[in-house]
Amino acid sequence: MSVLVEKADLSLKYIAHYNKVKETLFEGSPDVLNAQRKKAFQDFVMQGIPTNKNEKYKYTNLHPHFLPNFSFIHQKEAQKTDPNAIFHCDVPQLDSYVKTTTNGWFNESKTEGDLPEGVILESLEKMMKEQPGLVEKYYAKIAKSDTDAMVALNTAFAKDGYFLYVPKNVVCEQPIQLINFLEAPKDSFVTQRNLVVLEQGADVKLILCDHTLNLNRYLCNAVTEIFVGENANLDYYTLQNQHNRTANISSVFVQQERDSVVTSHTSSFHGGLIRNNMEFVLNGENTEANVFGMAFLDKKQHVDNFTQIIHKKPNGRSNQVYKNVLDNEATGAFSGLIHVVRDAQNTNAFQQNNNLLLSDTATMQTKPQLIIDADDVKCSHGATVGQIDEEALFYLRARGINEDKARLMMMNAFMHEVVRKISVEALRDRIDELVERRLNGEVAKCHECAYQCEV
Amino acid sequence: MERKVAMEEQNKLLNDVTQADYKYGFVTDIETDIIEKGLNEDIIRLISKKKGEPEFMLNFRLEAFKKWEKMEMPDWAYLKIPPIDLQSISYYAAPKKQPKYESLDEVDPELLDTFNKLGIPVEEQKHLAGVAVDVVMDSVSVKTTFKETLAEKGIIFCSFSEAVKEHPELVKKYLGKAVPVSDNYFAALNSAVFSDGSFCYIPKGVRCPMELSTYFRINAANTGQFERTLIVADDDSYVSYLEGCTAPMRDENQLHAAVVEIITMDRAEVKYSTVQNWYPGNKEGVGGIYNFVTKRGVCRGVSSKISWTQVETGSAITWKYPSCILLGDNSVGEFNSVALTNNFQQADTGSKMIHIGKNTKSTIISKGISAGRSDNSYRGLVKVMPGAKNSRNFSQCDSLLLNDTCGAHTFPYIDVRNKSSVVEHEATTSKIGEDQIFYCNQRGIDTETAIGMIVNGYAKEVLNKLPMEFAVEAQKLLQLSLEGSVG
Repeated sequence: MSVLVEKADLSLKYIAHYNKVKETLFEGSPDVLNAQRKKAFQDFVMQGIPTNKNEKYKYTNLHPHFLPNFSFIHQKEAQKTDPNAIFHCDVPQLDSYVKTTTNGWFNESKTEGDLPEGVILESLEKMMKEQPGLVEKYYAKIAKSDTDAMVALNTAFAKDGYFLYVPKNVVCEQPIQLINFLEAPKDSFVTQRNLVVLEQGADVKLILCDHTLNLNRYLCNAVTEIFVGENANLDYYTLQNQHNRTANISSVFVQQERDSVVTSHTSSFHGGLIRNNMEFVLNGENTEANVFGMAFLDKKQHVDNFTQIIHKKPNGRSNQVYKNVLDNEATGAFSGLIHVVRDAQNTNAFQQNNNLLLSDTATMQTKPQLIIDADDVKCSHGATVGQIDEEALFYLRARGINEDKARLMMMNAFMHEVVRKISVEALRDRIDELVERRLNGEVAKCHECAYQCEV
Repeated sequence: MERKVAMEEQNKLLNDVTQADYKYGFVTDIETDIIEKGLNEDIIRLISKKKGEPEFMLNFRLEAFKKWEKMEMPDWAYLKIPPIDLQSISYYAAPKKQPKYESLDEVDPELLDTFNKLGIPVEEQKHLAGVAVDVVMDSVSVKTTFKETLAEKGIIFCSFSEAVKEHPELVKKYLGKAVPVSDNYFAALNSAVFSDGSFCYIPKGVRCPMELSTYFRINAANTGQFERTLIVADDDSYVSYLEGCTAPMRDENQLHAAVVEIITMDRAEVKYSTVQNWYPGNKEGVGGIYNFVTKRGVCRGVSSKISWTQVETGSAITWKYPSCILLGDNSVGEFNSVALTNNFQQADTGSKMIHIGKNTKSTIISKGISAGRSDNSYRGLVKVMPGAKNSRNFSQCDSLLLNDTCGAHTFPYIDVRNKSSVVEHEATTSKIGEDQIFYCNQRGIDTETAIGMIVNGYAKEVLNKLPMEFAVEAQKLLQLSLEGSVG
């Protein structure tokens, strides 16, 4: 009973806080945001913070991460230092258009290079004020607050994030890079809300990097809605590299129209708790969704990849590959769902989850699921949990390669299946290097920037 | 054009699948002794009293009832279950006459007729099949054959009530050890009100010379049947146990919440096979049996083995997960299943393998076939505990869809907690390939026969695991369930 009260109290803490800062939240916020705020808050009150009893959070216990006394950042703070001055993204040869956010707020900064005409990469808050018509059509349309407590909490507290708009038939040759920093003087609760809209025939590559710049505790609850128009093409890369005291809950909702292709690639190098929700709705015929992910976990880290691919129209293709390497007392989870609705004939859906356990105290929980209501489909999934093939290891050792090196080679090969799906060459090379260093036992650090990541 | 015609023909044939009627629908007219409807402590005391049970059984029932009262019916399954009024069920029905027969001639001819209609060769089995049948007719065992042959070997195979009276020490020692009273809602209910069932004990070093079998039939209307089966295999023993079921046609839903417990000691092996063909409801989805069964085996001894084989074609709703707890080092668990759903049938079935001992191995092979407007789900759990070093699991779950109105779903749960174990799971969902049918057509095999061949070939891997007599029956059942479209 006491546990129950404690848990209810935990949600109450956030409810009470909302009521306390309600005016600040509404004040100065664009109408588009405020229009959803109240309902979202009610939805959160109804649902509360999900517990392990909730099937969606069976493997991830959020409560300890909501427990600390966080301070909230409801107003934009003046930039003390220019993040660009202290942070240099160290992907060599990556020629990208870079913007940053700090604690969920979009930073106005000078950036070298230009975006193609008509492409907008701006603060969501600013765009909502300047062009509400453009944003209103999309905001909170696919991230539903009544079925997802984290979305509800995000929508209730949302103030800013980034907004990317690519007009019809515009191709961005240069990848767009967005670096999300967490840097606050106190332990902080961060809310970030993003919106990506690709019109018909648009083509863009988006690279997101998550970093922490000091050792304070963070809980980051981010929601991203992505609309992909007919025949558009989106590459969506996420690199997660945060310290062990960070909880990162990221929910990405993608809606695809016909003939569009979306490739998502998530690399979780480091973090305390990482929860990636990925929901793809294949809303048009002949769409393709590729969802890849990999995670390296050690110490007491926890990574939970939760994907849902909903095939709504015929001739769709989806492909999911997730790989994890777990060491020490790390816990990993994967829940993947392929849902083929009745009319989505001729669907090809594939899902794979492979895991390597390196210690007896690491735990992997995986739940690949199929819900198939159409008959002319080819759907399959596979999941394995195991170790490096001893025979292959023996083969390498018989050729004079020492055991440690042979193991490393095998693990590298294991991960490379996911890494090679990255189409931006500079990024792929960089991630290959990071994988090797991570497997080598070096803590994943971007050697110039994240000097404080080592915890 | 021709292709289109072929398609139409195929669709028509597949539609005919839904037209296949239940062949085993009839009601045996035997007087039954039914106590009044409802569920409360008094009813439980009454059941226990009527059965003349010792104190420990009554306490077992009451404990279960107390736990059950605090539980709620789970709702996580991928099933649509109409509300079940447990108070409107009579919890005890026994044939009024309780004769003790020495030979078949003395048995109520009507009962024998029932068996004949079902095609159970009670008489023939004596001579031909060598199978001892403990026929359970509405909860109370009527006839046990081959008892004497078994007794010579020291094997105990009798009705549960008999076991309670004659071997209370064994029952007391093993009852509720694989499925504790508070395990789940329906297991608790069963523990409180179970009427009868089978008990089987194989002593040390004995290899049971024949396949033991029990035919369950739900007969009296409005009596949920709560069977209880307990199989104990002592060191170095072996037994193959068969369970098969058919039920008469009924409009009202009937609840069947059985519990099967298996315990194997050192190096013992139990093979448990089921063919389930209860009334699935009519084409509109009215009626049919709710089959909510808890089946669990504990490999308590080292190098022991439990294997579950099931062919599920009946029941309006099937909800069960035959499981193995692999406690002893080097123990082995197996699960082989064919589940066919048609019309408005629903099935949420699969297996649980809990690896606790070292070097334990388990295999799950599940074949789902969906037709009509049915939903067929596989749900399974493979859990490897930290101490289960070098454990191994392989799971394969295939689904076959016969038309575009049915559904096939897969929900595997995998939980691994050490580095030396390997767990693999794979699943596929597809329909019968047009190229496969075309290939058969080309060789002069008509579409109907071709589909039959393909479905049977698809299920072969599991059917092969069944004992001979059952394999034949199972193949017939699959064909019957797909009749009209498949030869």
